[in-house]
Amino acid sequence: MAKKERPIKGAPTAKDFKGDVNPDWCAGCGDFGVLSALQIAYAKTGNGIHDHLTVSGIGCSSNLPGFINTYGMHTLHGRSLAVATGAKLGNHELNVVVTGGDGDGYGIGGNHFIHTMRKNIDLLYIVMNNETYGLTIGQASPTTVVGESTKSTPFGNLETPLNPVAMAIVAGATYVARGFSAERTQLAELMYEGMQHKGFSFIDVISPCVTWKDDEIFDFWKERVNFLENHDTSDKTAALEQAVKTGHDTQIGLFYHDTSRLSLDQSEPVLETGPMVHQTAGVTPEQASAIIQRMM
Amino acid sequence: MAKYDFVVAVGGAPGQGIETLGKSLGQICARYGLYVYTYSAYQSLIRGGHTFLTIRISSEPVENHGDEIDLIIALDRDSIEKHVPHVKPGGALIYNIDDVKQEPERDDIQLCGIPYKKFSSGIEDRKLQKTILNTCLLATAMNMVGADLKVLEEIIISALLKRKGQEVVDANITVATAGYEHAAEHFTGFDAQFEKQEPPLAFVDGNSAMAMGGAAAGVKFYCAYPMSPSTGVLHWMAANARNLNIMVRQCEDEISVINMVIGAAHVGCRAMCATSGGGFALMSEAIGSAAMMEIPIVVINVQRGGPSTGLPTKTEQGDLWQLLGASQGDFPKIIVAPTSIMDGFHTMPEIFNLVDKFQCPGMVLSDLTLSMGFTTFDPETLNWQPEIDRGEYITELDQTDEEYLRYKITDSGVSPRAIPGTPGHVHVVATDDHDEDGGLISDEFTNPHKRRDIMEKRQRKMEGIVKLLPPPTFEGPEDAEITLIGWGSTKGVINEAVQLLNDAGTTANQIHFKWLYPIDEDTINAVLEKATNPIIVECNYTGQFARFLRSETGFKADGHIRKYDGEPFMPHHIADGARELLKGKTDLYVPYQEIVV
Repeated sequence: MAKKERPIKGAPTAKDFKGDVNPDWCAGCGDFGVLSALQIAYAKTGNGIHDHLTVSGIGCSSNLPGFINTYGMHTLHGRSLAVATGAKLGNHELNVVVTGGDGDGYGIGGNHFIHTMRKNIDLLYIVMNNETYGLTIGQASPTTVVGESTKSTPFGNLETPLNPVAMAIVAGATYVARGFSAERTQLAELMYEGMQHKGFSFIDVISPCVTWKDDEIFDFWKERVNFLENHDTSDKTAALEQAVKTGHDTQIGLFYHDTSRLSLDQSEPVLETGPMVHQTAGVTPEQASAIIQRMM
Repeated sequence: MAKYDFVVAVGGAPGQGIETLGKSLGQICARYGLYVYTYSAYQSLIRGGHTFLTIRISSEPVENHGDEIDLIIALDRDSIEKHVPHVKPGGALIYNIDDVKQEPERDDIQLCGIPYKKFSSGIEDRKLQKTILNTCLLATAMNMVGADLKVLEEIIISALLKRKGQEVVDANITVATAGYEHAAEHFTGFDAQFEKQEPPLAFVDGNSAMAMGGAAAGVKFYCAYPMSPSTGVLHWMAANARNLNIMVRQCEDEISVINMVIGAAHVGCRAMCATSGGGFALMSEAIGSAAMMEIPIVVINVQRGGPSTGLPTKTEQGDLWQLLGASQGDFPKIIVAPTSIMDGFHTMPEIFNLVDKFQCPGMVLSDLTLSMGFTTFDPETLNWQPEIDRGEYITELDQTDEEYLRYKITDSGVSPRAIPGTPGHVHVVATDDHDEDGGLISDEFTNPHKRRDIMEKRQRKMEGIVKLLPPPTFEGPEDAEITLIGWGSTKGVINEAVQLLNDAGTTANQIHFKWLYPIDEDTINAVLEKATNPIIVECNYTGQFARFLRSETGFKADGHIRKYDGEPFMPHHIADGARELLKGKTDLYVPYQEIVV
């Protein structure tokens, strides 16, 4: 697979964002639709492949950076948002996109999920939510519904699933959406708009697992999802009302979009002179003497 | 002038301004060009409890808080009762007479009662009156050591005028003058008096010194979760973030801290963080991931008493094996333990150059004694523009047709590192093991030959690192009766114990370790061969360093001096222990801590 980065004439197309490795996902996995939508969204930005950084954690869906042709980081389980935050604050000119699954993001990474939204870092976070732990072969996840039998809940799940979209609206994300991996056009558009939004953009994507939840795949979800229409995305209360709808009333689309808050990189004065990594490092003699003066 | 060596201690309750008093006295000494070392014995309470701050003042550089106390300033009744016995004969106790019903019982020291109520009666603000007792008693002490009151006045004005206003400044100067004049009239000054020497010095704590060293090394990203005793690094970085343009963030937990550091380092910033043992435990997994992704990071671990949340306000050298064993698997890493407060400054550029060169995690092992101690230093001795070596670092498109392999197998084990955003070098870094271009071995190839190659490549970096690390220092006469071996923060106190031993007729020398890992067996053994009756001195129960040294070099010491009561060594603890061990009846000496707070 190793080769010189492909020379691209003009702006890259979705095809240029295709990685050299073919996904190791099961045939029919929802994540294929997400990967394809992301390639379309990256291409639509018009930027070069080296201007993007795709960061993931661990899990089936977190293998995604290996399948996409951008700079990538495949980090520890649950820690992708923390790593991506450091990367974005280190070089905020990069388009940093974080991808992963529900176990990675809402389970082991739950603390980072809440706080990264609160910080309003300019990232796009895409969670491929399949309501199961796929890579560890089928245990309950934080989004598994009550009563469901899995390998870790053979007599039925007793715990209430969390609602990531509602959580995101409450926790301070400024762009909150839900997509469905089979609705690729809408999903690519949501991703592109999320990349354009300055602040924390979050998309929970229904991305069915064909192996561990084979009774809840595409037809199951097609019957249940509804395009969110006639909705005011600036209305937080209305967004919450839509977000809590489940079952046959599940909504997909953009729930909430707050353009009034500055993202962290916009409000941080130390970034006024450009990305951290491009700034002069170290202490000048004048700065040193001012520091010493305060200690005398 | 004869060597000046004088120890002042201040006792009181948190909230009585002990830290302010200590800082003021430190700054006074700095302006006199006198060297200072402070140690604060305190408890984990915001208010309530008891604090005992020891300030050793010397005409020569000093790196421990000494054995004896010449003068105690007692800010409350509790301190008088507790610390009267700790003043050395011929010394003095300064206290507020309103705090006692009768004079403390000591006829071999000068009892200096100050009628504070009388001196402060003109201050209408009762709260202010109460809070500036420290200024009054400090001024009393200044008279007795021959320091000019004007220096204190200058410090009061510069610290308080803008922040608190003229009224507060006036009140402070009123009680200071009263205390100073009262001492002149009623108390006998000490024989040894302050004398100005050149150059004037500056006053700093160990955490600030490491933060300053990081800034000088070019740190552009710092983040932390507050944890005693490491929080001072965060405070210095936060206070200086805007004027030095450093990105400083407080995170939700230490796991986020280290992963953010990894992200910032990966895009090309020099990035670091600081924590204590418990926080470091949370960072462990990510230490391994930095090594696996080959991203250079620096983590400071300021040790406190463990295990668990342990002793938040007490010192220990108990985290060595935690650092040695942090994260699963084998990977290159560097561990360094600064040997003095100012060495903390110099260590930061050194470790950053090493981790950049070898693309691996570096760990700086400090402790409460070193990090929260203060010292004075000559500003001219700090190199704010150290040599910076970023290693093999790619930021531009090159014109070769050769493919870019992030983890290219090389003889040195180091593969040139391209920074995201650089055209022509797109790649994925992975915490799963991978082949030369970052492709996952476990998921794509599971290839034992590739695994072996990449493991050997990473580990080859250790051979390069070890060549660049200075050997332990050897000081003192070659043919001594006893050799004291230590590591990290104890260098100064062991050094003084060696002097005590030599002065009292037992010849002693000292071997001290700063660079702890990796170790080159032959280099280390060449130094250890010079040891006679080697004694390993360390602040923990199991002899962590002794066990480490034995496992790496086969070296076995004859005796051990270990302290694990939370308080740092005083020189006589070590000298007494060495003499005891020389008798050959035991191989372990645990000193008794006389001063209990």
